[in-house]
Amino acid sequence: MSAVVVEAGAVEGSYLTDGVTLRSWLLTTDHKRIALLYLGSITLFFFVGGTAAALIRYNLITPQGMIASAETYNRLFTVHGVVMVWFFLIPAVPVTLGNFIVPLMLGARDLAFPKLNLASWYLFVVAGVVVLCSLFAGGADTGWTFYTPLSSSYARGHVVLTVVGIFIAGFSSIATGLNFIVTIHRLRAPGMTWYRMPVFLWSLYATSVILVLATPVLAMTLLLLGFERIFGIGVFDPALGGDPLLFQHLFWFYSHPAVYVMILPGFGVISEIIPAFSRKRIFGYKFIVWCSVAIAVISFLVWGHHMFVAGTALYSALVFSILSYMVAVPSAIKVFNWIGTMHKGFILFDAPMLYALGFIGLFTIGGLTGLFLAALGADVHLTQTYFVVAHFHYVMVGGMVSAFFAGLHYWWPKITGRIYPEMWGRAGALIIFIGFNLTFFPQFILGYLGMPRRYHSYPPEFEVLNVLSSAGATILAAGYLLPLAYLTWSLFRGERASANPWRATGLEWMTPSPPPTVNFVSTPVVTEGPYAYPAPEIVQHHG
Amino acid sequence: MADASYLPHEFQYSSARHQAETAIAGMWLFLATEMLFFGALFLSWIYSRHWNQAGFDAGAQQTNLTIGTVNTAILLASSFVYSAGLAFIEIGNKRRLIQCCAVAWMLGFAFLILKFGVEWHGDFHKHLFPGSHFAITGPLSGGAQLFFIFYFVGTALHGLHMIGGLILVGWIILRARRDEFSPGYYTPVAAVGLYWSFVDVVWIVLYPLIYLVGRGP
Amino acid sequence: MRLWLPEASTTAPEIDYLILALVLISCAVLALVFGLMLLYMFKYRAGSDVDRGALAEKTWRLETGWTVATLVAFFGLFLWGANLYVRLFQPPADALKIYIIAKQWMWKAEHAGGQREINAVHFPVGRPIQLVMTSEDVIHDFSVPAFRIKYDVLPGRYETVWFHSDRPGTYHLFCTQFCGTDHAHMVGDIVAMPQADYQKWLERNGTGETLAAAGKTLFMRYGCSGCHGGNGVGGNQSGSTVRAPPLAGLYGSPVTLTDGRVVTADDRYIRDCILMPDTQRVASYPPVMPSFSGQIGEEDLLDIISYIKSLAPEKPS
Repeated sequence: MSAVVVEAGAVEGSYLTDGVTLRSWLLTTDHKRIALLYLGSITLFFFVGGTAAALIRYNLITPQGMIASAETYNRLFTVHGVVMVWFFLIPAVPVTLGNFIVPLMLGARDLAFPKLNLASWYLFVVAGVVVLCSLFAGGADTGWTFYTPLSSSYARGHVVLTVVGIFIAGFSSIATGLNFIVTIHRLRAPGMTWYRMPVFLWSLYATSVILVLATPVLAMTLLLLGFERIFGIGVFDPALGGDPLLFQHLFWFYSHPAVYVMILPGFGVISEIIPAFSRKRIFGYKFIVWCSVAIAVISFLVWGHHMFVAGTALYSALVFSILSYMVAVPSAIKVFNWIGTMHKGFILFDAPMLYALGFIGLFTIGGLTGLFLAALGADVHLTQTYFVVAHFHYVMVGGMVSAFFAGLHYWWPKITGRIYPEMWGRAGALIIFIGFNLTFFPQFILGYLGMPRRYHSYPPEFEVLNVLSSAGATILAAGYLLPLAYLTWSLFRGERASANPWRATGLEWMTPSPPPTVNFVSTPVVTEGPYAYPAPEIVQHHG
Repeated sequence: MADASYLPHEFQYSSARHQAETAIAGMWLFLATEMLFFGALFLSWIYSRHWNQAGFDAGAQQTNLTIGTVNTAILLASSFVYSAGLAFIEIGNKRRLIQCCAVAWMLGFAFLILKFGVEWHGDFHKHLFPGSHFAITGPLSGGAQLFFIFYFVGTALHGLHMIGGLILVGWIILRARRDEFSPGYYTPVAAVGLYWSFVDVVWIVLYPLIYLVGRGP
Repeated sequence: MRLWLPEASTTAPEIDYLILALVLISCAVLALVFGLMLLYMFKYRAGSDVDRGALAEKTWRLETGWTVATLVAFFGLFLWGANLYVRLFQPPADALKIYIIAKQWMWKAEHAGGQREINAVHFPVGRPIQLVMTSEDVIHDFSVPAFRIKYDVLPGRYETVWFHSDRPGTYHLFCTQFCGTDHAHMVGDIVAMPQADYQKWLERNGTGETLAAAGKTLFMRYGCSGCHGGNGVGGNQSGSTVRAPPLAGLYGSPVTLTDGRVVTADDRYIRDCILMPDTQRVASYPPVMPSFSGQIGEEDLLDIISYIKSLAPEKPS
């Protein structure tokens, strides 16, 4: 038995109309359909994690906590972290925009291993189901960082179930990363040398290298943790000669590079949008692409900055601090280069650009506050407080989620063949920018004043700033619900899109919107570099 | 590899050769991820041993060196025979490929029987699984139990990878019997061979960690 | 709503200076970034006629320039932060020690004179205080924002922080490493008192027995005197069949281990000797000390260590 899938107004002969049964979607190997399957899944998880966030901010309106049970609150922030990290931030851009756009941008017909791609989606779904089961059974109460011996010997929540879900999700990540690396090496269109690839591809390449090398370490760490929890003995238990710091080292060895997995694709998206909406080639292309590589490499060397007050040696803290400053340099270079791209351009203010500009502002704030945390003397005061919470939300949410929305709006016409309503798009970008700052800026101050993180209740002097933050969160929530509404609306009523509505460069714009299943009827041949916009003086003087 | 431009290939590749090389590249990359996976285990093992040397040595002395060494020889032979099979299909000898794969499979199966049927059985009988009835008591008990945690986790993971390998080798035998391989196309044989040899490499690191280090004179 | 935090320790102003400098640098960078963005958004908007002119071709000088500038600034910040950190974690030798035992979900503090408190730490201003901390269960973190210090408190080992306050008052003590259900309630007061008030407090709260006196009883009960001799004079005296190192004057002195390393006998060293003797055998003594791991609780351990610390070296006659 098969069901007919509602066609969202697809053009005749595109990947959307090529098979209309449920089976044709669930057994597809077309990277474009898999991207949409993923888009549905990560949207669901975004709202699960977002609901948890809403409840967290609701609880923190009063000092004694609006939610009576501290245990419930603890499980809420754990599920918020687990779902947002592993089921939204890490997959988001690579599995949706990456899956859809990478082959198109390369001039290829699909990824190197299409069946592996489908398998990675199924792994993701199974992982998600396991974590949701854990959630409905009551969730885990350890924080998303699972520090031992709390998580191995003392926690009363569903640690093993949660950890199994994350373990499976890890394999989904590895499969995706492997696919991208091989595809970028092997399936570039004739004439597309490495230096002719758009920055988005370099960013996803760097992201994928981190995914395949770091995720297996997480897998082993979670395995050892699960063993310890099930059998009651293990390598992280000091009573037996084990070491709880070993867990932290192993965990952060993965989790620090993982945050660059989250942000690098965002950098790639912004690097596509700024040139397109400045009508100008990107400034310092070689610097930007090698910065992505540098970030990927150095990201493996800084994990210890999560442990400056954890009981490690003084000497190691010094080494990790200097390396953490070094990893910030390539990101700073990117920001300067994006601004350099805008210089002497012809700037348009469509929604993707507004999101991208918001990204630059919010990411810069987040990145600068990272410098506070890398400074050892300051970190002692600021770590484990709301300062850290604000820092990572600025880069992850202000940065990464803005970049995701930027890319979603930018490539929406290509993916769906529809134009979203521009005014609503701009409104959404503005509401998110304002709501975000209102929510998270007060948290920097709260952190400096000493409010610890992961606290269900807090001393009364922190109340006003918390109320401000929660108020901002309601605006932010509205900002996130808005695109859900108008993007869905556009699927049915949006104006139909041409092949290249933004008049941007890039092979993905040389094929219809939405593309046919095979992407390109004949293999494109590349003869020039990316971002081949005419020089501004030519545009000005020759129209 | 013989020119295979006339052979079918998936639509995103320009030729069968392009596809074959890509598949092998993918397998190498997958093995790199496996190295990081087992690497994390080995690192934790070595780190834990550093802080519990006497206990680890006490545990290591309880391991069965005979079975361990025989198993190492079995695995090395199995990899060697499989590689011979790969060499045979490269010159078109399907019969020898199937025979070599079958011998490699049986050697792998023998490893599993010895490891889990005989050795683990003996370990459990001697109360070497960490927990309340652990055989070694006294001040070295903690360290010895830690050693055995790594022993059981390491050999279990290796065993799971071997079972996966046996399934893959079996799949190669089935496909070979259906005449799917030729000198122009044997990519799956090569890819599975890489995986099988990798499982061997993992054992080559496990063997000294379990049976040799700390055994004493 | 409070927007400032008291600088209640001698190092707090230094940390605040560093944070202030970081704020100023961040504001400068943000002014540059936002300023340029807004400027370009206006000046180079698509409809504007401003003459754009030729693009610079050789941009690598600019790129290298701002990369180097960034590296230099960052290196400066690293040095400043590192210098502070190193000094933050090198306690002065004459610090007054207070012992902290963390457990789900309370803080226990013990003073050398035997005074015990729960969820509060009283201490005198005007001299350095060193906290020697351990946990009975999971990892906690002892945090006093007003002093700008915090450090994780681990099970199975001792960690230390030190501070020096000249500002009497009561300040927040928070646990800042998530430790389970009542993590948010594991808070207390750290009370800085003028010297005289502190003396009175000590007298009012004394249990009559100092930690060292309690430790002496335990030293006998656990059989330590059997090898190390009564009063810790060392073994191989009459009444002992084992040659064991003397403990009088041990605290603070250098010890040579069998692997050639020379370590200082501090609280951590003594604790590890009792619980894990085979990780650091003393040179030229037989390796026969048994481990007391799992047999002695954290509070008793502190008492025994206090006793050993109190043993003065024998005067040469």
